[in-house]
Amino acid sequence: MIRDIFAKKLESQRSERPDEPRCEVELSRRSFVQLLGAGLLITVTEGVSVGRRRQSATVAARLHINKDGTITVMTGKVEEGQGSRAQLTQAAAEELRVAVDRIRLVMADTALVPDDGRTAGSRTTPSTVPAVRRAAATARELLTRLAAEQWKVDRSALDVRNGTIKHQATKQTITYAYLAKTKDVAGAFAQTIASDVTLTPVDEWEVLGTAVPRPNWRDLVTGAHRYPSDIVRPNMLYGKILRPPSYGATLESIDLSKAKAMKDVVVVRDGQFVGCAAPSSFRAAQALEAVAKTASWKTVSHPSSKDLFSHLKKNARPGGRTRPRTSGSIDKGLADASKVLEQTYEVAYIQHTPMEPRAAVAEWKDGKLTVWAGVDGPQSVQGDLAGTFRIPSERVRVIVPDMGSGFGGKHTGEAAEEAARLARAAERPVSLRWTRAEEFTWAYFRPAAVIECKGGLDANGSLIAWDFTNINAGGSAIEPPYRIANVRTRSVSSDSPLRQGAYRCLAATANNFARESFMDELAAAAGAEPLAFRLAHLENPRIRTVLEAAARHFDWPTRKKKVTADIGVGLACGTEKNSCVAACVEVGIDRKRGEIKVHHVCEAFECGPIQNPGNLLSQVQGCIIMGMGGALSEEIQFADGRILNAGFAGYRVPRFKDVPKIDVHLINNTSIPSAGGGETPIIAIAPAIANAVFAATGVRIRSMPMRGAALKQA
Amino acid sequence: MDVTISLTVNGIERAITADPERPLLDVLREELHLTGTKYGCGEGRCGACSVLMDGKRVLSCVTPVAQADKKTITTIEGLATGDSLHPVQEAFLAEGAMQCGYCTPGMILTAVALLEKNPDPTDEEIAAEMNVNLCRCNGYPKILNAVRRAAEKIQR
Repeated sequence: MIRDIFAKKLESQRSERPDEPRCEVELSRRSFVQLLGAGLLITVTEGVSVGRRRQSATVAARLHINKDGTITVMTGKVEEGQGSRAQLTQAAAEELRVAVDRIRLVMADTALVPDDGRTAGSRTTPSTVPAVRRAAATARELLTRLAAEQWKVDRSALDVRNGTIKHQATKQTITYAYLAKTKDVAGAFAQTIASDVTLTPVDEWEVLGTAVPRPNWRDLVTGAHRYPSDIVRPNMLYGKILRPPSYGATLESIDLSKAKAMKDVVVVRDGQFVGCAAPSSFRAAQALEAVAKTASWKTVSHPSSKDLFSHLKKNARPGGRTRPRTSGSIDKGLADASKVLEQTYEVAYIQHTPMEPRAAVAEWKDGKLTVWAGVDGPQSVQGDLAGTFRIPSERVRVIVPDMGSGFGGKHTGEAAEEAARLARAAERPVSLRWTRAEEFTWAYFRPAAVIECKGGLDANGSLIAWDFTNINAGGSAIEPPYRIANVRTRSVSSDSPLRQGAYRCLAATANNFARESFMDELAAAAGAEPLAFRLAHLENPRIRTVLEAAARHFDWPTRKKKVTADIGVGLACGTEKNSCVAACVEVGIDRKRGEIKVHHVCEAFECGPIQNPGNLLSQVQGCIIMGMGGALSEEIQFADGRILNAGFAGYRVPRFKDVPKIDVHLINNTSIPSAGGGETPIIAIAPAIANAVFAATGVRIRSMPMRGAALKQA
Repeated sequence: MDVTISLTVNGIERAITADPERPLLDVLREELHLTGTKYGCGEGRCGACSVLMDGKRVLSCVTPVAQADKKTITTIEGLATGDSLHPVQEAFLAEGAMQCGYCTPGMILTAVALLEKNPDPTDEEIAAEMNVNLCRCNGYPKILNAVRRAAEKIQR
């Protein structure tokens, strides 16, 4: 089954990377200068070799001061629209005390940058931003000490502003650029980054906390930026890969002769791998069509989406990968309850559908492989390619140009590997861009889920028992944030018919959908008002703050009273990845057509001190609308091992006409460290919509997406 | 059988020899190396491949190159005048109306065509005209702001 083919990769998707950068950069000074541009780089030490896993990195591995006073900062993180380029630039500028335009951020090039782990899990803000800040603050301190030594003054008498160090008493100044020309800097920057260096406190931020635009924005509006699918190399061919007709199908025979006879076409077969490369993608597609006609396949049976939830339930493996987490006694809690409620929720597979499907250009030269690829973990794909082609990883270079989104869907480097196979056979660079149908079929999906909930209320209508089991989707945000004496939560694995993996906020969306829907059902059973019921069980002050803010800005009590059979309001809250969210929504119900239309979303979000309010607003708005897709329309349908809706015609994602009125309230909590903000804002949308539908119609829809057909009878 | 097609792209006359069924998108990207025009779906349902043909928006992924014979094409690379950006490009920058930016060229060209025929569109008209253009970052609110801003500027 398809799942097994990808078992290794799925395993690697589950593990989060360590927070500290892993620097495995080993370059001679000569190659480094070639890569960054001759004359620019001056502080690099001979052979940057900065240790292995979890060992401290040197300042030089993270940043360089160039002769012109600009500063090159290096990170393994990728930019895929979430805003890391601006944010990491701000981080360096803040601690170096320079303007953002002095920073040149080199991202995601394995030949140049430290390994900052995948760009996933909202980790850039809590991990990589501090790592860059520590490097920049250490560099500033080292430079300041060099100036103090040069002037023979006390370091504490020096100030730094705009990349210039000043001795207040004598008014002497020296710039980073000038200092960088001295040999002392190379020595100083060979030191490891201080883990205890003092970082600029939030109330003194000048660059962080402001809406700095993405540095390469202009290139996006002019078309000048080259995404992975836009990279062109001299003498390059375009590739196409033969795909099986269904999941698990194996190639039994194929005749390559017709395609091989085509002018300028390269045809490759290596076991199950068959691909063509040609001077144009049109020609490559023609060649592939010629070979595809001759292929004979052995197919296997495969479950269909019609039977998905019973399949997941039947194959659930309790006691599998995680143990239940309990507090109190669930048996006693349920036994003591005067009312017990039991419900099951379902969540369909959905797809990330990034605007740019998987794409890569591969080039072999002297036994070394370079790929430009749209992936979110350059070092992890470097390792995979080295393994596939049985070469040492230092002979593989992976470069990730700022790419066309990902949402957790680009952990794996299939296109890079396929392009490299074709390029090796063709002895020419090959560009491989997956089609939308390939992305829909052969990428991976957000896991489907069956979630079983049991809740117990005491005679006063207080929650005293909570039993919650997620089958297949995972344990993110599975713990209820509410005060409940007896709790059991379980994340149970199953047999996933489709290849599944990460997605924006992963299982937190499924778990929050079930939990916040069920909370509303329990509130109704207790005869309580949904907001009051939640607040009565909610101690976490951060969640209370966002919930109360969303309700206040939405004017919840008034709007609640105005609910009709066609207009409903609902709310939901939650926490994940150390950030908190609450949303109130208004929906309209079209019973004739069985449609749910979202009119208004009011969301409050808090992720600690806001580092870039402009970008955070974009992330929250994007999460809200993306969340509407999973809530209302997105669903992968499959049968006989084929995806039945592998295109935007059959797979409905949010469009302009679906955009509701959106109010976003960003809460700047400066009392804690910053957390990432690109994921959690998605988790409150679906349950708030479900609760609003219930408020209007009395119909409880317990599936994502919510099929409005259920409302036709209501 | 390949045919020769003459077209003007961003003010430059071009003669292309290609299969007449080859999508205009491929010709722009692979022959002329104008990679600002993007592939998003290949079936005319996402708008990433939008270009202007004789001033009107067309979806270049479903436009056979033969249909572009003797036509004038504007791609995102041809929208600015020298260093001076088109007001719609300026508006996208001013509003920060991009996340990954992959849909942006198609969004901008669609908005240019819209404002050309309707300089003062209502929000409903903008949504209707741009509904084919997908943004999977779901950055629609800021894109709408950018189109409104560009409309105001163009009218002034």
